[in-house]
Amino acid sequence: MSEQSAVNDLNKPSVKMEITDEVMIQIIAMHKWFGQFHVLKDISLTVNKGERIVVCGPSGSGKSTMIRCINRLEEHQQGQIIVDGTELIGDLKHIEAIRRDVGMVFQHFNLFPHLTVLDNLTLAPIWVRKTPRHIAEETAMKLLERVKIPEQARKFPGQLSGGQQQRVAIARSLCMNPKIMLFDEPTSALDPEMIKEVLDVMVELAEEGMTMLVVTHEMGFAKTVANRVIFMDFGEIIEQNEPEEFFNNPQHERTQLFLSQILAH
Amino acid sequence: MSAMTTGVRAPGTHPDLPPPPTEVGLRGWLYHNLFSSWPNSILTIASGALLVWILAHILPWLFFDAYWSGNERSDCPAAGEREGACWVYIKVWFKQLMYGRYPLEELWRINSAYILLVGALIPLIIPALSDRLFATPATWRRTVGGVMVAALVLSALLGTPTWFPAIFFWAAVGLFVGYGFLLVVGYPAMAVLLFLVDLPVHPHVDTQSTGWALFLAVLLALEGVLAFAHRIWPRFSYKAALGVMLLVVFPPLCVYLFSGGALGLETVETPLWGGLFLTLVIALSGIVASLPLGVLLALGRRSNMPVVKSVCVVFIELWRGVPLITVLFMASVMFPLFMPEGVNFDKLLRALLGVMFFASAYMAEVVRGGLQAIPKGQYEAADALGLSYWKSMGLVILPQALKIVIPGVVNTFIGLFKDTTLVLIIGLFDFLGMAQAVSTNPDWLGFYVEGYIFVAFGFFLFCFGMSRYSLYLERKLETGHRR
Repeated sequence: MSEQSAVNDLNKPSVKMEITDEVMIQIIAMHKWFGQFHVLKDISLTVNKGERIVVCGPSGSGKSTMIRCINRLEEHQQGQIIVDGTELIGDLKHIEAIRRDVGMVFQHFNLFPHLTVLDNLTLAPIWVRKTPRHIAEETAMKLLERVKIPEQARKFPGQLSGGQQQRVAIARSLCMNPKIMLFDEPTSALDPEMIKEVLDVMVELAEEGMTMLVVTHEMGFAKTVANRVIFMDFGEIIEQNEPEEFFNNPQHERTQLFLSQILAH
Repeated sequence: MSAMTTGVRAPGTHPDLPPPPTEVGLRGWLYHNLFSSWPNSILTIASGALLVWILAHILPWLFFDAYWSGNERSDCPAAGEREGACWVYIKVWFKQLMYGRYPLEELWRINSAYILLVGALIPLIIPALSDRLFATPATWRRTVGGVMVAALVLSALLGTPTWFPAIFFWAAVGLFVGYGFLLVVGYPAMAVLLFLVDLPVHPHVDTQSTGWALFLAVLLALEGVLAFAHRIWPRFSYKAALGVMLLVVFPPLCVYLFSGGALGLETVETPLWGGLFLTLVIALSGIVASLPLGVLLALGRRSNMPVVKSVCVVFIELWRGVPLITVLFMASVMFPLFMPEGVNFDKLLRALLGVMFFASAYMAEVVRGGLQAIPKGQYEAADALGLSYWKSMGLVILPQALKIVIPGVVNTFIGLFKDTTLVLIIGLFDFLGMAQAVSTNPDWLGFYVEGYIFVAFGFFLFCFGMSRYSLYLERKLETGHRR
């Protein structure tokens, strides 16, 4: 199974970085409705700087919706979300300030097909942070080297494989120097061979101390890198714990059911 | 293996044979496309015969038996007796068909605007050409210098005043040598100085050649300014400057050139404008205005702000819901009724505004289709990177959306170009209107067919040209970003 091979290759000891007390994301009693449907119920979550959190759960549990609320791709109707000291309300200035510091990687990459890889990376720094073009390009090339595909800089996204596209997407978010990275099922649309290359990049990112919130089914990744695993079902956070405790000693019966399904063969 | 396998070669030794003759080349194409079965073959022969019969009747009338030579009524027999088309009719009425009733001595104003438009447009719309001509400052200078030498030759042929070549020589030298200062300040100053010096000597300067001279001098001054700007500011984009000039400077310049009334240009009222000139004025105004306005309306219609959305919806549905003929009629007849006494809003201007709003409503829906086709993920990725609404639209969404709807946009343009013929209803004589008006001339009764054929041919040239350009554009923009 893909996770097993990924785990076997992640031959590193658990990466436990220093977690500071500085609070990066605070979600307080957040509720969200899609029309009449109560999709997120009383979500409360605190994420400190340097923490890596994996969110898992069955489809439709609201995990993607929750992290999309953090950078206002979805709006919450009740409760508070505070990102790096700025509260997320309707005010456009707050939203844009938060989006500048929060990077997001999507399941379907969402690269801009009409621009080269290099232009994809430099677009936001040039137009949002007003970085001069040559500096933006330098940073972009460094990041492409970090994700191990510098030779693809002049190509268009359509000419790249899925794994390469996702790595470009990660590099694109990193170009903006974010404080927090959100990952919405980054490897769900990839072949098994490509999953590893993307997970490697994410593990390196974790080792460098990036605050990460990852929605994924890759349990091997959770075991290796996560400080905390959160299980969500039907819009509620059912359980959250350190990976060892979570996988070996699930408390709630729904968690146990989910783990038995996802880890069984 | 048995007797069945006699004649079969050993594995790996089969020679490379050519394909059968009925599969390749012309013979193959004919066989597969025209004569593939009995019913198809019969259809091919029948339609071929029909085609030959039609052409055998039309071509002689159009070309072989037609009357091409001469410039007077006597060069064509009476309408009822003619055996071929009388193209002399077109030759005689050519200027009217092209320019309407515009005074003949002032035609240089229209022609100079045409030259300016084509000269500025060609580098912009044919990227390969513009890259070759304007790649570096050196090729830049050579191009502009070449233009000036050509203008020098042209001026000599036109027989312009004596001071004319001097300006060009000065400017050409300055350009080749590369002294920007000479260009920006030197030769316009020279032009004015020499003009003033020459005027007392030649007090009755012929309007036409003076007009040309002034126009060309201004043109070259403009190019000189652009060259100079490029010298002092290397990142200056010549193409952007041309684009800005076309959009910002060219329209008011045209208004001034065509209507006159100041700085020595004689006034030419808009009812005199006509022919292909008027068609182009209306069509180009509509086309150039409808695209940006249409984009804004489409964005507004998709907006979450209720007031913006309602205004856009009402605008689009209102202007789309009535025929263009009604719009023109309303603009021309009803609109003045609402105006206070004495306020006179030019009829052509009213028609132009009507056409612009009408076309924008159509364009808005075409663009909206393109916006809908962009996956939600693109909007989200742009948002997640922190791009503001206008930046994400301008950098991410619209480049993709507009590229998708090129066929729809060009279709709307072509439709608009032909719809301009409706202005006949309000008493403006465009290309088709002039053909109709000219056909009522007592000397030339009965030759209306040639007029209409010529107009149809003219429309076909423009519309087909737009169509081919759109295919070229699609091919050009396709490179690199297949999803």
